[in-house]
Amino acid sequence: MATTTTANGIAAVRRMSLGQGRWVWALVVVLALLPIIGGKTGLISNYGFLQLSLMIVYAIAVLGLNILTGFNGQISLGHGAFFAVGAYTSAVLIDQANWPFWATLPLAAIMCFVVGYLFGLPALRLEGHYLALATFALAVAVPQILKYRHFEWFTHGVQGINIFKPDPPFGLPLSGDQWMYLVVLAVAVLMFWIARNLLDSRTGRAMMAIRDHSMAAGTMGINVAHYKTVVFGISALYTGVAGALHAIIFEFVAPDSFRFELSIAILVGAVVGGIASLPGAVIGGVFVQVIEKYADALTKKITTAVHLPIDLEPWTIYGIALIVLMYTMPMGIAGGLAVLWRRLKRS
Amino acid sequence: MEQLIQQVASGLANGAIYACLALALVMIFVSTDHINFAQGELAMFSAYLVWQALEWGLSFWLALPLVALFSFLIGVGIERIILRPLHDAPVLSVVVVFIGLLAIFHSLAGAIWGHTIKAIPSPFPHITFVGSGYIGPHQIGMIVVTVLLLLALFAFFRFTPLGLAMRAAAQNPASARLAGVRVDWMLALGWGLAAAIGAVAGALVAPAVYLEPNMMASILLYGFAGALVGGISSPGGAVAGGFIVGVLENLIAYFGNLLEKTTGLYLIGNGEKLSVALIIVITVLTLKPSGLFGQVTVKRV
Repeated sequence: MATTTTANGIAAVRRMSLGQGRWVWALVVVLALLPIIGGKTGLISNYGFLQLSLMIVYAIAVLGLNILTGFNGQISLGHGAFFAVGAYTSAVLIDQANWPFWATLPLAAIMCFVVGYLFGLPALRLEGHYLALATFALAVAVPQILKYRHFEWFTHGVQGINIFKPDPPFGLPLSGDQWMYLVVLAVAVLMFWIARNLLDSRTGRAMMAIRDHSMAAGTMGINVAHYKTVVFGISALYTGVAGALHAIIFEFVAPDSFRFELSIAILVGAVVGGIASLPGAVIGGVFVQVIEKYADALTKKITTAVHLPIDLEPWTIYGIALIVLMYTMPMGIAGGLAVLWRRLKRS
Repeated sequence: MEQLIQQVASGLANGAIYACLALALVMIFVSTDHINFAQGELAMFSAYLVWQALEWGLSFWLALPLVALFSFLIGVGIERIILRPLHDAPVLSVVVVFIGLLAIFHSLAGAIWGHTIKAIPSPFPHITFVGSGYIGPHQIGMIVVTVLLLLALFAFFRFTPLGLAMRAAAQNPASARLAGVRVDWMLALGWGLAAAIGAVAGALVAPAVYLEPNMMASILLYGFAGALVGGISSPGGAVAGGFIVGVLENLIAYFGNLLEKTTGLYLIGNGEKLSVALIIVITVLTLKPSGLFGQVTVKRV
């Protein structure tokens, strides 16, 4: 039962995303013009652009998890680890070797691919709950690994690394935040475009075949082990690039920013947005940042509105949202919208 | 040498807590095939309940059974209300729901009792005895309670009709149902027992570490490691695994210190505890997923 609804949801999402390709590009153009429209007129502050950038960054991170979990069926509770590897690679290169920020992105990508690929090797032997367990352990251990004494000469231990936000080049009339917003947007568009093409290709079909029935996929001649490890690497690459961008726009990395909560946030984003959908990743990214920003205020409002005797905390809402969503919309908001769209069209 | 014995002894005491948590994890795994990521937070929540009961003036040995009973009801409730509808759901949904539960209990504890650390006094008397230079009374107490708990559970599963029914429901739900066992309720019972065991673990560990909402994250990880080392399908194995992991944790830190003292080379220390757990988890999962005492499961395709 569950699998059929899943399949329907995916098909619906696909139809929706293919039919509306032009709208997506139009949206991208509008977003790219925002610094000119919103920035010059003062509608959007620099802080607003930072928020938008963070949403896009989380969207890329969530996309990484979507590729792994939604399209390849491997569960990860530890994507915060790859986010951290990307962030640190970028920060260390800028801090120690004075690299320009854009040059650190490809290296962070390669680094995360390698780390993800290596983690994918033992993950090959694990399925379902066991893989969740192994990645859970990874997520919990990340801050300690980053504080390891022999890494201190380049990670600066608990203190973390401060870096400076790059200025716009060629004397462009943009603020630093607006410029980074454009950079992040460009990277995101590229990454989503690559992901779409990857998923629409022979490789993507192999990934989904493995997700749906790995043994059947194997008998069809798909090299399951090869695909699974490579997909783990690609997924880590996506999340790692997001981490690198986060480090650059946030101008700071420290071990305790990469606690277990980060992995949870990425997972929540993926699940809320829609685990096997590209638009879902965008929704998820926005959700993660909005919750992080406004959950405190929201929970305070709810607390006073219903006169609770205790101060609710954001995580309670997080948890309840997760559980309720699993019952009502297992394919997330994107899946729910797609099903709704189909019903509207039919009637 | 004296230090070494001390380390092993306190490792055994830590191991007792890991063993309790591992036991709770196994209880749920055996009956439902799920790995309960919220187990640590549930135990933490129960520890807070014990603290609250102590605040209200109850004695520890009265509070513990009451809280265990209450946790049992919470566990049964979670299974019946939240997990029952997800019986045939894909693994991801179940994992996500567990993460949701983790978030809820974690934040509820913070919301109700605040984030300042609290202390629970040790319920065991301060007495001196042979070997008290090596191990404190609370540590001995933790080990004794864990062993008693294990024996009680063993007796329950081995000698009572209800225990037999639970084992039947776990091993072969279809046949058990045909034989008149109410399988659904047996699963809920497994959850309840796990929550009660977790409550004992939380109440025992709280005097050793301070009470705060984050106290369980690393302990849960070691509980997982213990359950995996011993075999996640075997209750006795999980307890043994918990003790093994507890001792191992301390020995690694001890030899790391020794190495640093003698050669000046720092390799590993207290700061790497979680990394050690990570390595144990991944090594066991990849090399011997059934653990030391677990059954090797064969899947029919």
